[in-house]
Amino acid sequence: METKGQRVRHAFITAWALAVIVFLYLPTVCITIASFTASRYFQFPVAKFGLDWWEKTFNSIEIRQLLSTSISIALCVTVIAVTLAFFGALAFARYDWKGRSIYQKLILLPIFFPQSVLGLALLLWFNMLGLQLSWMTAVFAHLVWIVPVVTLVIAIQVYSFDPALEEAAFDLGATRWQVLREVTLPVLFPGLFSGALFAFLLSWGNFPLSLYTTGADTTVPEYLYAKMVAGYTPGVPVLGTVSTIGAAFLLIGGYGLILAMRRARQSATE
Amino acid sequence: MRRLVQLGQGEKSAIPLLLFLLIGFAAPLLAVIWFSFMPARTFSLFAAPSLANYATIFESTSYISFLWSLGLAAVTVILLALICYPVAYGIVRVFGKWAMLLTLLFTIPLFVSENIRLYGWILFLIKNGVLLGSLKSIFGLELESILFTRTAILLGMVYVYLPFMLFPMTLGISMVPSETRDAAFDLGASRWQVFREIELPLSMPGIVIGFLLTFVLAVGAIAEAKVMGGQRIIPITHDIEIAFTYAQNWPLGAALAVLLMLVVGVLVLLALRRFDLDRFLGRR
Repeated sequence: METKGQRVRHAFITAWALAVIVFLYLPTVCITIASFTASRYFQFPVAKFGLDWWEKTFNSIEIRQLLSTSISIALCVTVIAVTLAFFGALAFARYDWKGRSIYQKLILLPIFFPQSVLGLALLLWFNMLGLQLSWMTAVFAHLVWIVPVVTLVIAIQVYSFDPALEEAAFDLGATRWQVLREVTLPVLFPGLFSGALFAFLLSWGNFPLSLYTTGADTTVPEYLYAKMVAGYTPGVPVLGTVSTIGAAFLLIGGYGLILAMRRARQSATE
Repeated sequence: MRRLVQLGQGEKSAIPLLLFLLIGFAAPLLAVIWFSFMPARTFSLFAAPSLANYATIFESTSYISFLWSLGLAAVTVILLALICYPVAYGIVRVFGKWAMLLTLLFTIPLFVSENIRLYGWILFLIKNGVLLGSLKSIFGLELESILFTRTAILLGMVYVYLPFMLFPMTLGISMVPSETRDAAFDLGASRWQVFREIELPLSMPGIVIGFLLTFVLAVGAIAEAKVMGGQRIIPITHDIEIAFTYAQNWPLGAALAVLLMLVVGVLVLLALRRFDLDRFLGRR
């Protein structure tokens, strides 16, 4: 039963949410438009559209170098983060042990910490250790912030995991390794997959940590920042558009895959 | 003597992550704290510790930057709470099968570098940009751009940190059982009473996490003031960065960072002290 007041309220909430979505995507639309202009400087309404800057950007060796640095960092972060966070999430949500409640809060601390300060702290720390800064130190820096996030993402999946499944497998004579490979990992797969997606994308888009820890190497967000502060080229909106579309693709594709798998499993058990 | 220490599964699984955070998080912070006691403008680690850097800070005008950072963060948090609550409520209670799609739409910008998204605002707001250009060509209006003002900084911060308020809030609101709400309505409570006495208190854990997360992130914000504000405001993070880069005064920068860490740390510890994470993340 819906009253009139409720209908008005729901209409307001829907309109509000749509307005927020428009607010959220407005800059993205502007960037996309800017990337298709043919002129050197952005002016609206656009006088002439063209793909010139897309071509120039993708033929630039510098840009390819940036993309490969960013992707290498993100891939390394993803692999290491998911491995560490898998065990971290088991300790977070699966097992009962004495220090668990303190442990859960300790894990959160790096998330609740200003990233620019964390980046500088790591710079100082690497310097103390005498490490040469490069994309590899940036991987380490990203991990400090991303591993806790991924741990939480996987932990949410672990909470819904029934430990009786593992016990049943042990009772049937499976080894520790077999249980991990045939029971634990497949059941937790959606969580691990979301975790990997988060790790990759958060590393790909990260700026404050990269800024202080990449040394001579440059990531895409760093390059864009440098160009935004001084020396605009229409390559900036092109890279921005690519980055946005890439993220959207990965996310939508990723969630589509998870949904499809869930559906397949449901129809298999029916 | 083979098993000197018997560790359970939980401890064993926790060790790799704890070790990692020890070298990746605790040690760098200790390094910053130690460095803040070194003499100004040095890079040595073994001088006699002193409080000289802190004295310099308290005599300087850094407190203005501190106040700007904290003030901007506080305003950002309040605006975000007002903007996000109706949306979070809608995702949990109103949108039904569309909720999933909306959540996805709100998630995507989270993964695009904040620089890129702020840059889009510049294109929108700048003179001859999307907004002013359209106004000019359609209505013949010529207005001043709000870019490079304090309003623009605030807009940038609200924009960048929106998802960090929205998602914890959504989680919080979904913790309120529908039965409790229905019962209150059946007993004759008004819409406002249900909100104030049931929905708000029961969704508090999520709301607190959202406040905390956005506040901490906003205090650490650096790009917004530079990109959108044209340095109209110098936030504390900017002072810290200057000390570490142009000024080459690492001990001073470290001392500023320690003060910022103190403010944030106290807030986070107070808020998290009595927080039941199992209930928050593992419900259902």
